[in-house]
Amino acid sequence: MIAEEPATTGADLLVKALIDEEVEVVFGYPGGAVLPIYDSLFKQNRLRHILVRHEQAAVHAAEGYARSTGKVGVVLVTSGPGATNAVTGLTDALMDSIPVVCLTGQVPTHLIGNDAFQEADTTGITRPCTKHNYLVKAVGDLARIVHEAFYVARSGRPGPVVIDLPKDVLMNKHEYVAPSKPVQHKSYRPQLKPAPEKVEQAIELIAAAKRPVFYTGGGVVNSGPRAAKLLTQFVHMTGYPITNTLMGLGAFPASDKQFLGMLGMHGTYEANLAMYNCDVMINIGARFDDRITGKLAEFSPRSKKIHVDIDPSSINKNVHVDLPLVGDAAHVLEDFVRLWKSHQPRVDHKALKAWWDEIDKWRARNCLAYKADNETIKPQFALERLYKQIKDRDCYITTEVGQHQMWAAQFLKFEEPNRWMTSGGLGTMGYGFPAAMGVQIAHPDSLVIDVAGEASIMMNIQELSTVAQYRLPVKIFILNNQYMGMVRQWQELLHGGRYSESYMESLPDFVKLAEAFGAVGLRCHEPAKLDDTIKQMIEIRQPVIVDVLVDKAENCFPMIPAGAAHYDMLLGPDDRAQKPVSEEGMVLV
Amino acid sequence: MNAAPLNPGQLAPHQAASSHTISVLVDNEPGILARVVGLFSGRGYNIESLTVAQTDPRENLSRITIVTTGTPMIIEQIKAQLDRLVPVHRVRDLTVEGPHIERELALVKVKGTGDKRVEALRLADVFRAKVIDAKTDSFVFEVTGNSDKVQTFIGLMEELGLVDVGRTGIVALSRGGEAL
Ligand SMILES: Cc1cc2nc3c(=O)[nH]c(=O)nc-3n(C[C@H](O)[C@H](O)[C@H](O)COP(=O)(O)OP(=O)(O)OC[C@H]3O[C@@H](n4cnc5c(N)ncnc54)[C@H](O)[C@@H]3O)c2cc1C
Ligand SMILES: Cc1ncc(C[n+]2csc(CCOP(=O)(O)OP(=O)(O)O)c2C)c(N)n1
Ligand SMILES: [Mg+2]
Repeated sequence: MIAEEPATTGADLLVKALIDEEVEVVFGYPGGAVLPIYDSLFKQNRLRHILVRHEQAAVHAAEGYARSTGKVGVVLVTSGPGATNAVTGLTDALMDSIPVVCLTGQVPTHLIGNDAFQEADTTGITRPCTKHNYLVKAVGDLARIVHEAFYVARSGRPGPVVIDLPKDVLMNKHEYVAPSKPVQHKSYRPQLKPAPEKVEQAIELIAAAKRPVFYTGGGVVNSGPRAAKLLTQFVHMTGYPITNTLMGLGAFPASDKQFLGMLGMHGTYEANLAMYNCDVMINIGARFDDRITGKLAEFSPRSKKIHVDIDPSSINKNVHVDLPLVGDAAHVLEDFVRLWKSHQPRVDHKALKAWWDEIDKWRARNCLAYKADNETIKPQFALERLYKQIKDRDCYITTEVGQHQMWAAQFLKFEEPNRWMTSGGLGTMGYGFPAAMGVQIAHPDSLVIDVAGEASIMMNIQELSTVAQYRLPVKIFILNNQYMGMVRQWQELLHGGRYSESYMESLPDFVKLAEAFGAVGLRCHEPAKLDDTIKQMIEIRQPVIVDVLVDKAENCFPMIPAGAAHYDMLLGPDDRAQKPVSEEGMVLV
Repeated sequence: MNAAPLNPGQLAPHQAASSHTISVLVDNEPGILARVVGLFSGRGYNIESLTVAQTDPRENLSRITIVTTGTPMIIEQIKAQLDRLVPVHRVRDLTVEGPHIERELALVKVKGTGDKRVEALRLADVFRAKVIDAKTDSFVFEVTGNSDKVQTFIGLMEELGLVDVGRTGIVALSRGGEAL
């Protein structure tokens, strides 16, 4: 290791280390403990700082940036309240495996533990909601820790990493040492390739299947665009059906005829029944989440399960699998494609044909159908119309959380990965708008739309000020049903229609709200005018809020009620009366 | 719809829970114990015994020995969760990876005079417990062995004037010449 330059302050050293990590943007909010870093940022022009209006939004913006680029998102917040405000974002990134490095200010080392002004036990608070965290105690450790943090955030199963930076460490001087590349971590070295014999066994099992289904998830997106390409290639080679999780959408082209749509609680009839009835399930980078499995005891009871995952703790966590392959999706898929080519396995075409015939019958149920209306805009209709105008554009979609999120997953189709950003694991209302800012920063010329609910958007609405400042032409497409629709739907289904606190009283006038922040506000309540409104939204090169007044009572179907099995799916409003939810199901979320 | 009978072998949670001794080699750094303990409490796993101390000063490594109970699926999860902590170097399930030895040390304070005192001393001899403090009316014994032996000794002392107990928890190593 060669010292490159004369001693610099910790803050300058930090900025150097970030630049060496090829960081271009930092989302942050200043405060006393991080002033030295803000001073260092001021003195340089390699790193761009985006000033958010709430630290939670900084993390979601970094998540949007990360998910849409494959890079690590970077956050900078002050001590105490800055750090605690970031906690929701960090938890969100942990649940959805998004690589983020979050720099938090801390009181000087000699004051730690004294309840000093704006002191919080940040490493203590964030330990369970980060992949890893560090408290830097000496400036000499700083550069190493920063490089290690980026390595940890992006390697293996990605996730958020916090670096807590006491103010004295930022002001003390030390020489900067550039990182050795690649970083050699002494204990953290995720396995990228499974044992070759396991791959062989998998190929055998896949080739012998009569009723196969691919079930793939966010891990393919995490692995990178190459994994998505290889997945598409392999699925085409086999001719087998495939379904994606909410987090995996886009990893396989949605328009492809082998695609069954999303699976799970609000997934399609055909996808869920294919999962229930399959004989071989090929899970690649999905984690058998409870939104997918429904009632565990009746989850795909007759299948042999192959599970490809980079994180051994995802394997056999919820569902026992027959053939685990620990490794990176792209590495494993590459082997699958290679072996399939060289083995030329003879698949049972007759069985496969019968399987597809069965699937086509399920498909014919047309489970996403809804009753269109000339008077009121149905939320599904709004998304269909939106999709029509964005599908040939360079477009990125984020969402908030609720019914609108599920409809977006059902009605917008993604042909490639990294185009769809949503909060899946934590389900964080308020995610979509700041995430869209992060996406827009990374892709300044693309169309970026946050599909929102009127309740969710209120959770980070202050960011209108950020998009105004940086002239980010993010679009907020609100499906305004004047309800916390998802909550209302559960109350209708499980609580006798007692709509306790799920009605949004005194909503703002979203058009005026947009205008107050210097954005453009549009409103639409007539189905016939919707296309025009959407066109306008797309053409305006400014931030736009579109307040689409939709049917207040519409529910999201299909739905597998919590705790029910895949075959117990509710297909529409008329399906519900006959199927009371079990007591077991009532306690589930 | 396609309701069909269940394949009962498909889910593992019905398997019986058993006790496992897990040895974890970690970087000896601040917060590592909190990470491990937080993992167990956060995910609802049991800790029956936990010991930790630096064992390799040159590499600055500590060994954490944890005794926990769970079904095979839970034990597998516990090991995978421990292994994914960044400062963890190695995780070994001594219970399944061949023969191993476990030891625990206890300090046992007993107060009494006359026959009880004599009996305590006699039993201590049987258990090869050492007297490490003595007053005319009290002893502190040091007893080492597997947890059963230590527990039995403490149980016997209860009738003979047991006052206080300090136990280290279990440390364990695999038998034979291999390192972890
Ligand atoms: C209101 C609401 C409703 C929802 N309803 C549904 C629904 O109907 N259907 C649905 O699918 N989801 C639904 N979700 C989302 C759900 O909660 C989960 O977030 C989602 O199903 C998890 O997706 P995943 O299994 O792809 O895992 P992810 O959370 O994306 O995890 C990725 C997995 O891949 C692994 N991995 C990471 N990197 C790699 C790599 N390089 N190579 C291999 N493996 C890797 C990880 O270890 C992990 O196991 C809903 C969420 C909300 C908020
Ligand atoms: C931060 C947070 N608080 C509460 C919830 C619980 N929740 C899930 S969906 C929802 C309602 C969302 O309403 P809206 O944004 O209007 O979307 P809609 O369902 O009406 O489309 C609520 C309260 C949540 N997911 N996140
Ligand atoms: Mg709503």
